[in-house]
Amino acid sequence: MGTLVEEIFSRKLGRPVKAGEIVMVDVDYMMTHDNTSPLAIKAFRDIGKPIMDKDRVVIHFDHAYPAPNVLAAETQKKIVDFMKEQSIKNFYHQGICHQVMIEEGFVTPGKIIIGGDSHSNTYGAFGCFGVGFGSTEIGVAWISGKTWFRVPETIHIKLTGKNLPGSYAKDVMIYVAGKLGMDGATYKSVEFSGEYIDRLPMHERIIFPNMSTEIGAKCGLIAVDDTTIKFLENETKAEGPFEKIVPVNPRYEREIEINVDEIEPQVACHPDVDNARPLKDVEGLPIDEVFLGTCTNGRYEDIEIFADIIKGKKVSRFTRVLVNPASRNVLQKMIDKGLVKILQDAGVTIGVTGCGACIGRHAGLLAPGEKAFTTMNRNFVGRMGSAEAEIYLGSPAAAAATAIEGKITDPRKYMRA
Amino acid sequence: MGKVWKFGHNVNTDVIIPARYNITIDEKELAKNVFCEVKPDYAKTVNPGDVIVAGDNFGCGSSREHAPIAIKGSGAKCIIAKSYARIFFRNAINIGLPILECDVYDDVQEGDEFDVNLETGIIRNITNGKEFQAKPLPEFVLKIVNAGGIVNFLKSHNIEELQ
Repeated sequence: MGTLVEEIFSRKLGRPVKAGEIVMVDVDYMMTHDNTSPLAIKAFRDIGKPIMDKDRVVIHFDHAYPAPNVLAAETQKKIVDFMKEQSIKNFYHQGICHQVMIEEGFVTPGKIIIGGDSHSNTYGAFGCFGVGFGSTEIGVAWISGKTWFRVPETIHIKLTGKNLPGSYAKDVMIYVAGKLGMDGATYKSVEFSGEYIDRLPMHERIIFPNMSTEIGAKCGLIAVDDTTIKFLENETKAEGPFEKIVPVNPRYEREIEINVDEIEPQVACHPDVDNARPLKDVEGLPIDEVFLGTCTNGRYEDIEIFADIIKGKKVSRFTRVLVNPASRNVLQKMIDKGLVKILQDAGVTIGVTGCGACIGRHAGLLAPGEKAFTTMNRNFVGRMGSAEAEIYLGSPAAAAATAIEGKITDPRKYMRA
Repeated sequence: MGKVWKFGHNVNTDVIIPARYNITIDEKELAKNVFCEVKPDYAKTVNPGDVIVAGDNFGCGSSREHAPIAIKGSGAKCIIAKSYARIFFRNAINIGLPILECDVYDDVQEGDEFDVNLETGIIRNITNGKEFQAKPLPEFVLKIVNAGGIVNFLKSHNIEELQ
């Protein structure tokens, strides 16, 4: 009985759990990456006790991989040495951690996953409690197998209607972030539902939990339905049966209903994610770099939307256009379906799979005075390099139109009727 | 007593320490670049015992623990903010960086002298004479704080003893 987050915790603990309770629970997986593993290893070594269950430890290299400098290389070597020493099997270097967690089957309904990355909320699209944690606490959980939570109250966002042509889940989520603000859901669970969500395919649903982080949420959740289960069965290595976790007579702290029928393409403008505006307000702004990728919008379908628009055209002469597939699987599908050729012909630079430019570590940093239009989830000052650069967030379709013109452009201009 | 460094609302983790400096976990190394984009003077002139004051949602953004570690490494005594982003809050407690939740924001200027008693949560602005009481931390969180962080707690306890 209860909200989705209450349902997940109740099933896990075998008793009814309500928001506000502080609970100690078993963690199914503890995820870290090349940026956050070193401090988890340090905490683990400082405590000096053994890992409780090595199969629950999952480590990815994605943030600065392959290493862009000697220090990063040294750090990664130390993590590899640790994994060898501790016989850690779950090691991946084939793309962005959250995408690979889904593809490899770690993310399934009812699981509790703590991730040393703030966008671990992404897993909520599958009725899985994914939550961002600091590294030290993950090192602690390697040893204890458990952690504590205050079960959060829930904000229910009910989405009705359907997208206008040229608008996507990304536009809706930017609009939601603009309405709620960067701390609009701090410490809360945000549950996304409604006929709009019911109709969305998984790659679009993922946007909402992924970006629930940007409004401060502890987790973002979507109920499990046939779409979820079909995706898990066909697109991932996860093994069923899968629990159909849905809210049961939930009591929400706050309910918000939004009809998406009127939501035009949106842009989260420099310097905050909640600085959301209709794209037309910033149309024509010159752009130096277009970057398509990340755990928000680096999936095959995102790149397909981008390629459909850019096919047969050239990117603007003085605009760098970068596409980083979210994983090796995504890149393989791009090759198989001919998208690589389309992007290459248009003058797009295809980068390595991983986080790359999104965190300003390598492969696409911005110079002072430059402006980027990207499909990322956050646009903090200095995020992509220089603090004197500006970052604008939007959909893959808007990114494609912007790449062609070298200035922020409404994607509807380039879409087939 | 310490000098106040005043920041705004929604101070995010990229502002605290940009990702490109997170290639080390050494607190003194990280401290060299803390707040480098928004307050370049901070890392150069901060004195041990100085206090960071901010508005709502301090530490939003990434889960990077480098952010509270960089602040701790800078020698700041504590942070006093109206509210914190959840991962930052947990991280700060876990590494033993004192953080207080208190609305002093509108009653402080950069450079004011503050006297902060971490035990009682009483905050005095020596410069303008105003006094504040910080919100007390939950009991089980205090167990982590009193142990000097979660690592120290785990050395002598089991995780279940937090409850």
